[in-house]
Amino acid sequence: MSRISKVESRLRTEQDAVQDHLYANRLRIYPKSVRGKVRTIKWAILIACLTIYYVLPWVRWYRGPNQPGQAVLLDLSTERFYFFGLELWPQDIWLLAGILIMAAVSLFLVTSLMGRVWCGYTCPQTVWTDLFMWIEREIEGDRNERMTRDAAPLNADTIWKKFLKHGIWLTIAFWTGGAWIMYFVDAPTVTVDFWIGDAATPVYVFTGLFTLTTYGLAGWAREQVCTYMCPWPRFQAAMLDDQSFTVTYQAWRGEPRARGKRVEGAPTAGDCVDCSLCVTVCPTGIDIRDGIQLECINCGLCMDACDHVMERTGQAKGLITWDTLARQAAKKLGKHEPIRFLRPRTLIYVSALTIAVIGLTTALLTRSTLGLSVLRDRAPLFVPLADGSLRNGYTLKIVNKSQTNGAFDLSISGLPDAKLAVAEGDPTPSSTVHVLGSSDEVKTFRLLVTARPAALTDGSQPVDFILRDTATGAQTVYHSVFMGPVGYSGGAH
Amino acid sequence: MPTKIEKDAVSGRDTTGHEWDGIKELDTPLPKWWLYTFYACIGIAFVIFFLYPSIPYGPGYWHGVLGYSQRKMVDAEVAKLTAIRKVSLDKIGSLSFEQIKADPQLLEVAMTDGRITFAENCQPCHGAGGGGHIGYPALAAGSWLWGGTLDDIQQTVTHGIRSGDDDARNSAMPHFGADGLLKPAEIQQVADFVWSNFYGHKTEGQDTSAGAKIFAENCIACHGENGEGNRVVGAPRLNSHIHLYGDARETIVAQVTLPRQGVMPNWNHRLDPATIKAVTLYVHALGGGE
Repeated sequence: MSRISKVESRLRTEQDAVQDHLYANRLRIYPKSVRGKVRTIKWAILIACLTIYYVLPWVRWYRGPNQPGQAVLLDLSTERFYFFGLELWPQDIWLLAGILIMAAVSLFLVTSLMGRVWCGYTCPQTVWTDLFMWIEREIEGDRNERMTRDAAPLNADTIWKKFLKHGIWLTIAFWTGGAWIMYFVDAPTVTVDFWIGDAATPVYVFTGLFTLTTYGLAGWAREQVCTYMCPWPRFQAAMLDDQSFTVTYQAWRGEPRARGKRVEGAPTAGDCVDCSLCVTVCPTGIDIRDGIQLECINCGLCMDACDHVMERTGQAKGLITWDTLARQAAKKLGKHEPIRFLRPRTLIYVSALTIAVIGLTTALLTRSTLGLSVLRDRAPLFVPLADGSLRNGYTLKIVNKSQTNGAFDLSISGLPDAKLAVAEGDPTPSSTVHVLGSSDEVKTFRLLVTARPAALTDGSQPVDFILRDTATGAQTVYHSVFMGPVGYSGGAH
Repeated sequence: MPTKIEKDAVSGRDTTGHEWDGIKELDTPLPKWWLYTFYACIGIAFVIFFLYPSIPYGPGYWHGVLGYSQRKMVDAEVAKLTAIRKVSLDKIGSLSFEQIKADPQLLEVAMTDGRITFAENCQPCHGAGGGGHIGYPALAAGSWLWGGTLDDIQQTVTHGIRSGDDDARNSAMPHFGADGLLKPAEIQQVADFVWSNFYGHKTEGQDTSAGAKIFAENCIACHGENGEGNRVVGAPRLNSHIHLYGDARETIVAQVTLPRQGVMPNWNHRLDPATIKAVTLYVHALGGGE
């Protein structure tokens, strides 16, 4: 049997063995460290992302006395979201939906232009995994050392190093879980409360939960998250086309791959020296030379690895590079294909993004900080009075989203000589009611309106409640109705 | 059974044998950790079975070693809330109406308690929101028989009307017809007068002087010269657009002949003083409060 056919038959047996099992063992990946342009960019983005995540909760922002002093705070207990100068109420939750839509469309746009750069550079799973892998390398050594160590029987050094590694991982994970909590409660307060045992139970529960998930996902699960858990790799294919830039092995240049020096007269060989460095540095353990694939997170570390080899073998860099499928096909034929960022797909994403940004900004800028809602009494619909006039009851809610206490004048239009009285307040009716609305609060009260409308043919007539801020003059109107018996005409018999 | 299982050229794996519009699927094995996650979930289920009420058997069920019971949880929560409410209710009971109204938080508790108490006890007769029914006064309208201040309302709710309580409000309109104090014709005359002069159903050219005379002789002592009523004796106001027994002339005749005398229970045997104060505040705020 020739050597080739022996290898083939061994491969076939292995594949059959795999096929026989319903469940697959995890292939451990030992990514090798790499230096280069891409790695530097990746470190910079990692540092930037982690700095924002860990530092942001500590940024202070003065909003006035008795107001939260944290710049970014999602205060669930008082139902307020604070983002620097912006304060959102539960009623404003659609703004959050808008922001999420914008984020989704941005992700589509970036993917159609640059492939899965989100996955490779900014996804929290990638960022923390990268950080954890760096710690692992610093403690246990690089790829070969780690492989040898794991294959050898346990010794004191290995136990100590594993202990140290997991200890540091857990510390970082704890810090990460703690920082998460700080987005929901005041950071300096909860930091103190946490250690003296005064924090609320959910604080401990969620810190523990996020400690465990960070440790488990970044330390243990790693690329399994991307390959088996995350839905994004599955539908990225819908955003990619042959004009999208992805990490690409230039097969037309590299193939046929062959080891050894390129010498005159030898059989023709491509630029790829088949050193497998691109595979050993890959955090998901794939071979980029097989083309674009599900597991590839588009991080480009293989580019750095290959460039070093190309440099050493005296060949042009960029055997693995950023490129599009269309340009690769053209290059193979010796032609030139221009870069096309503007295509129907990207234009649609850009327009959708523009519309979302304009819509959201307009909505945010024109958002009123004063709100009025009026709920008519259902029972009784109206009350006839001894003097023949009618009384209707309404429940009013005055929403004051501003940071200042407001004095408001409430009046009614469309109902001549209507008298208003706050049910629990001064029973003397008047045409205008003065209401105080505390800052950052909803004031609810019942209002009694007494009137003698000239004719209620259908038993009701429209009225407008007008709320005016006495300080700013800002006004808000609520349309409602005033009801009485059908055919009522001024209370005369 | 899928029959078209093929070997995929690139990956060397079998396909599942299914095909959708030319798209085939690789038969990739599930990672083992995934399987172990399922086993772990099953294991955790058994732990929960052991800790919490779970398996039913014949007459009973496994109570779990933690002794957890939803009913006990509810009882504990209710006890906790009752303790919190007691603080407010004690305050409402001991403070004056003015003091309660000066404390917005306490007033809110009182109004809520009052609303629930009203719905459970008063609404069947007085209607939702105090809209009233024939024979049962519309509290929201403020046409009071016995007065509409907070103290008046508290007194009425506590002791009732013709309830048999020692401090009940009592009034008795004579049975002018039944006891022969007025003749049927005279009753018709006084009804004409009241209906046209006070109820507002004037007829052109109608002479009501005879009825006016009878009214002056028999009725003004309680109902007043102009039919304005008298709260001291609980005599209803007649010169009004709303009437306890309705707007028809026949009701006047019936009422003069043999008056209906409504009864309101004394709530002091059923509601505690603090709750009565709360419902008083609620009724007062329905629209008729004075």
